[in-house]
Amino acid sequence: MEAINKQRIKERIKGYLKNPWSLMILIFVILATLITFTALVLLVGYILIKGVPNLTLDLFSLHYTSENVSLFPALINTISMTFVSLIIAVPFGIFSAIYLVEYSKRGSRFVSIIRITAETLSGIPSIVYGLFGYLFFVTALKWRYSMLAGAFTLAIMILPLIMRTTEEALKSVPDSYREGSFGLGAGKLRTVFKVVLPTAIPGILAGVILSIGRIVGETAALIYTAGTIATVPKTIMDSGRTLSVHMYELSREGLFMNQAYATAVILLIIVLLINWVSGMVVKRLTKIK
Amino acid sequence: MSKLKVENLDLYYGDFKALKDINIEVSEKEITAFIGPSGCGKSTLLKSLNRMNDLVEGCKITGTVTLDGEDIYKSMDINLLRKRVGMVFQKPNPFPMSIYDNIAFGPRTHGIRNKGKLDDIIEKSLRDAAIWDEVKDRLKKSALGLSGGQQQRLCIARALAVEPEVLLMDEPTSALDPISTSKIEDLAVKLKDDYTIIMVTHNMQQAARISDRTAFFLLGEVVEYNDTETLFSMPSDKRTEDYITGRFG
Repeated sequence: MEAINKQRIKERIKGYLKNPWSLMILIFVILATLITFTALVLLVGYILIKGVPNLTLDLFSLHYTSENVSLFPALINTISMTFVSLIIAVPFGIFSAIYLVEYSKRGSRFVSIIRITAETLSGIPSIVYGLFGYLFFVTALKWRYSMLAGAFTLAIMILPLIMRTTEEALKSVPDSYREGSFGLGAGKLRTVFKVVLPTAIPGILAGVILSIGRIVGETAALIYTAGTIATVPKTIMDSGRTLSVHMYELSREGLFMNQAYATAVILLIIVLLINWVSGMVVKRLTKIK
Repeated sequence: MSKLKVENLDLYYGDFKALKDINIEVSEKEITAFIGPSGCGKSTLLKSLNRMNDLVEGCKITGTVTLDGEDIYKSMDINLLRKRVGMVFQKPNPFPMSIYDNIAFGPRTHGIRNKGKLDDIIEKSLRDAAIWDEVKDRLKKSALGLSGGQQQRLCIARALAVEPEVLLMDEPTSALDPISTSKIEDLAVKLKDDYTIIMVTHNMQQAARISDRTAFFLLGEVVEYNDTETLFSMPSDKRTEDYITGRFG
């Protein structure tokens, strides 16, 4: 039997002919989707075609030489850079958001100034952060080109992002939870940390994930602060390059374009992995048991 | 002696005077109902009894409220007050945690960590709130998976778990279906043996069915406060009569 609740194609065409605007919007929407999708496929396809054939075991040698052009040290540096930056930025970001949402008076001048500042900061090009990091951490504090200077610069860069997403996450926690907790005789501290914060965790994680994306993809701010040495640094006070910087250097020198593409493939895989893992984490945390 | 006593209480939201010279005494182990049209101040008064209005910006209260003769706005620790005067809200608001953790939240807040003791409290509270049989096999499951009526009884259990003396109920059945409503009403009558209950309700029949004393509010004033039976059968004020006979508001 034919389903009666489906619009037949004839009917739909008739409807669209009656209303040309609706038809145009439909065409536009489909076109936009196609163009977006094609651009993405072309880009990823291009990188894969250029990069995958150049993925050799040599690229994963423990030490970089100009013969093996290993990306392995850069891979390690990327992970440690992400880790250190997050350790610095996440607590500050979350705690300042807690202050803004839970402790400050709603709608006060001070809060709106902080909010505008954070918004402005998140719109500043990363090269500006790089220059600041260079002048402050590298020169003024005499940390020289080091992982630490890089991590601090990136931490400042992602701080507004984490703060804003956490703020939104906290705001979306219904007030009835807070009332319920206060009504049982729980104080502010307990209410915030035992009821509000756990409820907001998926939203906070989304901000952290975005931040990881920015750290992994960052070059400009790091060239000025963490430097471009292609080895795993012995201490946090030594210079080291991340994958993005590595890729930038390879293509800038122009000698190892193939390896640069291979690095791009690895970078792509890492980003995909991060997205996948974080998606799983969020799902697990939000699942109603 | 009365359990809770409100004397000359005025309450302002900014410039607006929401409660005018309220004087009410609530007796122990009775159900006192606050009735009246929307916006008459009955919920506002209820929230003043465990200082939930402290959270509202621009809210100013004058007068005295005493619990067992002790001024709750002066010397009393606010968290301790809220432990003694528990609250059930209009919309069920279980925390997004397991049923067990929801009930355990209060006792843990007040320093009970012992697992065995917590287990006992949780079973007793859930039994008292007449929901034990429905949830005993799923204590570790999320409380958000329960139905609205179950959630409200869970919230009552959660309030009971800190062993309050007074239970404030702010239109606890207004978001529920008739069957859940009657369960909560039966529960309130049962709880009266051990607790002093103050219930705000929109539903006059509900007040008539379960309460011992009733206060009728209008425009921020207590028009009449009396035994429920007297108030509904022989109201002394014309406005009360108009309201309970449905000619009004």
